[in-house]
Amino acid sequence: MKKVGKPVFFIVAVLIALLTYTAFFGISTSFGDNTTTIIKGADQIRWGIDIRGGVDVTFTPPEGVDATDEQMSAAQAIIEQRLVSQNITDSEVYTDFQKDRVIVRFPWKEDEVDFNPEQAIKELGETALLTFREGIELDADGMPTGVTAENIILTGADVKEARVAFDQQTGEALVQLELNDSGKASFAEATRKLYPSKGVISIWMDDTVISYPTVNAEISDGSAVIQGSFTADSAKALADRINAGALPFKLETQNYNSIDPTLGAGAKDAMVLAGFIAFALISVYMIVIYRIQGVVAVIALVGQAAGMIAAITGYFPVFPSFTLTLPGIAGIILSIGIGVDANVLTAERVREELRLGKTVQGSIEVGFKRGFTAILDSNLTVILVAIILMGAFGPPSSIMATIYNKIFFFFGSATTGSVYSFGYTLLVGIILNFIFGVTASRLMLRSLTNFKALGKPALFGGVK
Amino acid sequence: MFQKTIDFVGKKKLFFSISIALVVITLIASFVMGVRVDIEFSGGAILTYSYEGTVERADVEKTVESALGEQVNVQMSKDVQTGGSNVTISIAQHGISAEDHDALTQALRSAYPDSNFESAQISNVDATIGQEFFVKALLAVALAAVLMIVYIALRFKRIGGWTAGVTAVLALVHDMFFVYAATLFCGFSISSNFMAVILAILGYSINNTIVIYDRVRENRRLHPGESLAEVVNISITQSLTRAVHTTVTTVTALAVICIVALACGVSSILSFAFPMIVGMLAGVFSSLCIVGPLWVTWENYRAAKKAEQK
Repeated sequence: MKKVGKPVFFIVAVLIALLTYTAFFGISTSFGDNTTTIIKGADQIRWGIDIRGGVDVTFTPPEGVDATDEQMSAAQAIIEQRLVSQNITDSEVYTDFQKDRVIVRFPWKEDEVDFNPEQAIKELGETALLTFREGIELDADGMPTGVTAENIILTGADVKEARVAFDQQTGEALVQLELNDSGKASFAEATRKLYPSKGVISIWMDDTVISYPTVNAEISDGSAVIQGSFTADSAKALADRINAGALPFKLETQNYNSIDPTLGAGAKDAMVLAGFIAFALISVYMIVIYRIQGVVAVIALVGQAAGMIAAITGYFPVFPSFTLTLPGIAGIILSIGIGVDANVLTAERVREELRLGKTVQGSIEVGFKRGFTAILDSNLTVILVAIILMGAFGPPSSIMATIYNKIFFFFGSATTGSVYSFGYTLLVGIILNFIFGVTASRLMLRSLTNFKALGKPALFGGVK
Repeated sequence: MFQKTIDFVGKKKLFFSISIALVVITLIASFVMGVRVDIEFSGGAILTYSYEGTVERADVEKTVESALGEQVNVQMSKDVQTGGSNVTISIAQHGISAEDHDALTQALRSAYPDSNFESAQISNVDATIGQEFFVKALLAVALAAVLMIVYIALRFKRIGGWTAGVTAVLALVHDMFFVYAATLFCGFSISSNFMAVILAILGYSINNTIVIYDRVRENRRLHPGESLAEVVNISITQSLTRAVHTTVTTVTALAVICIVALACGVSSILSFAFPMIVGMLAGVFSSLCIVGPLWVTWENYRAAKKAEQK
């Protein structure tokens, strides 16, 4: 076994302290009155509607449209998917079939700056009808006319899947479409017809032209691309809307209210306060029972908690920010609980070895090795659960949903954001447990045993 | 220092009886008391009233509940366009009749004569999380259970993995049932809080069970001559301190949430934290007292059957 030097403990502890500081307070630079946030702190967590309140919007079809029940349910399902695509994993969507209303509630607070509820509401109500049309003949209002109005080559329903890709030459973001068999044939036919004359196919989202590429080849493999001046975010937004499907009609906002937290005002402060008190109590308990091992466990747990906050605020660019709701908090509590358990398991194993009269160093080696099989097996089983829940209740374009689509296909995609957010926090928590509860704890403990003054079994919770 | 091995397997009748008795009582109680289901799951009516001046949320809730004779959920809201104040009342499980609606409007007006309560909108809504969600959740949990059994069967092959896996899943169902019992007896409703707790307990329970199996796997190798029951007893006894420390810490954390929620007057958090405590205690009980003995019983039964066939 490789020797772990004295400085390792301090390096790990300082790294954890840095992560914790930045995860809680964020990093921002101020220049005059402008503050630029580089890393988001814990105060920027988007809390769910249950904890912080939000908006309540009533949507109705445009006047004169008598929507069928099927259309209303379809509208509800599409709105739910669009909410999850916008990372609003906490929402309530109610449908009144008699009065043709969809009531949507999602979290928002008036002082929130980086989220615009009106923009979100606008996107929810859009029909998102994607059309590929022959040529680009516009009337005075910019609406399609002539052959462009008549010949619709494809609609969003012909698209099997949309995803973001990047142009290999220019690096520009674009939306790659994979077509259904129904779309393949008509797209091949249209490109065959337009290719010799270098014709144009215009691509429309509702009444707006997104792109009008020239046809340079006959495309028969059902693979199409939308180019426009997309950023990575706007390309993703479009791909999400295409994947979610088109609403049968535009939804208009009938009224728009801000509402108090479902759990009652003060829920957020109570949860935060309780979190700090509970963490302090756990720390004291662990240190009293396990001495040095307890101290190391507490440092590792701080790291794990900070990592979870970082994963929710969008600290790491790979993870988008997430709406934190009570189920999400349940996921955090469970993973911190499993983190405590990992430390307790190992500490108990080390103590057992110490009781047999082994040296501190030997006990730590054997203790970690014996404790690890239990941690590995239990954590992997919990990861199984987290992945299944994320796949079953996540947005249909997520990687996990793609894998599980074959199992859940006959359910359509009933996305339930709160279950998805539970799965997400749990998955992240367990991965962090391997990093902090297992690896960091072990490095710190092995490093500490190099200090002669700390080499007494009693300091590790063993017998005197 | 040697710990005395506690005979968990020998007391199985007592443990099984406790669990079965509690399950039966809960089942009877659900039929007698009826289960409250939240509007998200059951659908119902959402009423909006506009008002002027200031009113207290809790007082409005009391007024509405006494007028309608049932529990409702009242939220304060504000019209973003006009800036007017509203209350939103959610009634679970059924719509509202015109007479009840009139009676409610009268009750609010007489309780707050100066506030000018006006009915702004009534919607009879379907559940947001309906039957489809339940079926899908069941399927997801069933799939998770199958995968868990397969995983345990592979990783604990040496101790007869399939039976261990199935027993672990039975314990899981047992623990989730206790969350339901706590929710029922406290008069909380089946809401998304309940779902969150059920899922958390699913993870917690399996974690507890696997820790015990891991010990059994190790002790099987260390004590090859011992009977299965004895190996399980030794394993549970050895895991006892870990179980105590882990449970004390996690339950303390949740108890703090309960106390703080009560102190801050956010009693709705209780419907989350308290069933979770019950679920965790059930999880510890089942992993120590149910899983091992049940699994030993099953394995011995299988061994006896095999011997018979020979």
